[in-house]
Amino acid sequence: MSAEPINGAEIVIKALVDEGVDVVFGYPGGAVLPIYDALFKQNSLRHILVRQEGGAVHAAEGYARSTGRVGVVLVTSGPGATNAVTGLTDALMDSVPVVCLTGQVPTHLIGNDAFQEADTTGITRPCTKHNYLVKDVRDLARMMHEAFYVARSGRPGPVVVDLPKDVLFALGPYSGPEAGRHKSYRPQLAPEPARVAHAVEMIAAAKRPLFYGGGGLINSGPAACARFTELVRLADAPCTLTLMGLGAFPASDPHFLGMVGMHGTYEANLAMHGCDLMVAVGARFDDRVTGRLNAFSPGSQKIHIDIDPSSINKNVRVDLPIIGDVGHAMTAMVEAGGRSGFSADRSAWWRQIEEWRARDCLRYDKSCRGVIKPQYAIERLFALTRDHDVYVTTEVGQHQMWAAQFFKFDEPGHWMTSGGLGTMGYGLPAAVGVQVAHPEALVVDIAGEASILMNIQEMSTAAQYRLPVKIFILNNQYMGMVRQWQELLHGGRYSESYTAALPDFVKLADAFGASGRRIEDPAELDGAIRWMLKTPGAVILDVAVDPKENCFPMIPSGAAHNEMLLGPTDEAERPVSEEGMVLV
Amino acid sequence: MTVEEADVLTVAELERHTIAVLVDNEPGILARVVGLFSGRGYNIESLTVAEVDRRAALSRITIVTSGTRMIIEQIKAQLSRLVPVHKVHDLSDEGPFVEREMMLVKVAGKGEARIEALRLADIFRARVIDSTIDSFVFEMTGSAEKLNAFVALMEPLGLVEISRTGAVAISRGATGL
Repeated sequence: MSAEPINGAEIVIKALVDEGVDVVFGYPGGAVLPIYDALFKQNSLRHILVRQEGGAVHAAEGYARSTGRVGVVLVTSGPGATNAVTGLTDALMDSVPVVCLTGQVPTHLIGNDAFQEADTTGITRPCTKHNYLVKDVRDLARMMHEAFYVARSGRPGPVVVDLPKDVLFALGPYSGPEAGRHKSYRPQLAPEPARVAHAVEMIAAAKRPLFYGGGGLINSGPAACARFTELVRLADAPCTLTLMGLGAFPASDPHFLGMVGMHGTYEANLAMHGCDLMVAVGARFDDRVTGRLNAFSPGSQKIHIDIDPSSINKNVRVDLPIIGDVGHAMTAMVEAGGRSGFSADRSAWWRQIEEWRARDCLRYDKSCRGVIKPQYAIERLFALTRDHDVYVTTEVGQHQMWAAQFFKFDEPGHWMTSGGLGTMGYGLPAAVGVQVAHPEALVVDIAGEASILMNIQEMSTAAQYRLPVKIFILNNQYMGMVRQWQELLHGGRYSESYTAALPDFVKLADAFGASGRRIEDPAELDGAIRWMLKTPGAVILDVAVDPKENCFPMIPSGAAHNEMLLGPTDEAERPVSEEGMVLV
Repeated sequence: MTVEEADVLTVAELERHTIAVLVDNEPGILARVVGLFSGRGYNIESLTVAEVDRRAALSRITIVTSGTRMIIEQIKAQLSRLVPVHKVHDLSDEGPFVEREMMLVKVAGKGEARIEALRLADIFRARVIDSTIDSFVFEMTGSAEKLNAFVALMEPLGLVEISRTGAVAISRGATGL
């Protein structure tokens, strides 16, 4: 406990430094001037000035997801805080640890409709893991440290700390991070040994097991992913991952079946449908993965390992729930499994899987004919980045699904995408955050031309801090995923899904001090990608791709895993049901 | 597991549960709990809250809710997940418990109706806490059924207004939460 009282703003800075923060993404305003003043007078914390507060939160998310650390945001009151809401909701849905400091009007003006006042704690209550309004400077240090504790403990999530301006000016005592240990919130990390033993028995006995890994593995860390990989290999079982879990298990390993779910591979979805034992590790049985619930994996027993008890038995009844950190659980299961061995004969299961794989569900028309196929663009980007330490962020839509299908990740923490909320405009600011965390790495934002415009102003942030982010736009002149659904479900009535009045992205890049290029000819693709990779500084590569291409496989809403569409001819045979139309 | 069991949308039995939640008495905690229920579409039949431990700054929220078994389990898990929540106890699941509600009832009338109201109040062991020449206010504590029955009887006798607290509940026996 420090002897001399310091002012609230200095307490905030000290708390951040003591929590190991080295960078803050933010945007100033009247209510947070005291903090910006304190920032100016010190050198331990770096501040990245974004161009719109939503960009600050996505940047903090990209930073957090690519490092495993808590991302920190600093925005002002009123519109600053409300602009951050989308990013906070995104972090909540994808369980990303973020601490967001918001300014607030002085305590005596709260509730008075003051200038730039918003009920930040009221508005962010449903979209954060927890939030605080600091009414007394004597509580400030404790609340700051508690915020970090809550953000990173258990299932990570965003925490807002609302800071009234008079509290920032007031003098108060400082206390260190030990003050932040919450008296009652103590998530359970170690799984029950008896359940672990039972799980290992079930895996050993299963004839057709399937491992289903999700974002929880990424949150737990690279060690957890390594143990998970070990366990899958020990059990010689097939493994699939969710969109959020890509990279937790090496894609190049033959046990990997590809992503599962609405746009997952044929083999992954049929394996999930036909397995007799499903081991869900850090995944939450999201509706994009399960399809129609009453036909979801009807014959299987399910083990569900998760740190969040409320995730268990939420959508799908499981037979063996195990509460705990997946890293701890995987370590325990590898030990137990190593001792007892997994001897069941899986050869029939693997033969079936090879048959499914032979379908080659991700194939597309490669005869090009002068137009670049979006899948081809991703494949070439993947091939030409093998020698780089590459991090990929995406926006949302068809390009995101193709990136998930064709860009293979062998390690965790290199894939940043907005899964649960599906926020267009996530990719560019997230790439900024990743680049700040990894200045020497190659950071690519795979984008659609509609999504990239949502937070295009962050190109200015990239320019200011000389962040050499590479924006790889798959330009098909439509909001691709919306257009695909309109084609399948709404009789091809493309209502408001054409991206009219697009800017010249080459000129736009130039305007932001970046390099830009546009290509339309497949023969130029490799050369353009190489140019993008070796050009210093930020780059926008606008790749014109086939506007008619749809993303397959696809399990339409309301359908089950074994009812997936594999290509354009399937569409005509199996129209989507009435119930399916109502679902998003 | 059968296909029927896996389908969360089929009509399953609705259960009524009384849940006691021990929480930090901090500003916004009630908004947090109520926001959880409304945000996820859970039902609140009644809700009461008051500070129960001044030193530890703890409040107790007693909620009566109804839903399928799976929904009830979700409600408890979601409540436990809230940072200021210390404990969640499903009194309906954890053995015998007592549940009581308090009510103030205003009945206005003259003559026979007035006498009958007073007689019934006596039978129900309600107390008269306000009386004028043509009205009474009765205070009554008891189970929800008892209170409902009294209200029904007062309706034809000049019932004017009711104010109810909602259920408070506590487990039987010596052990606490």
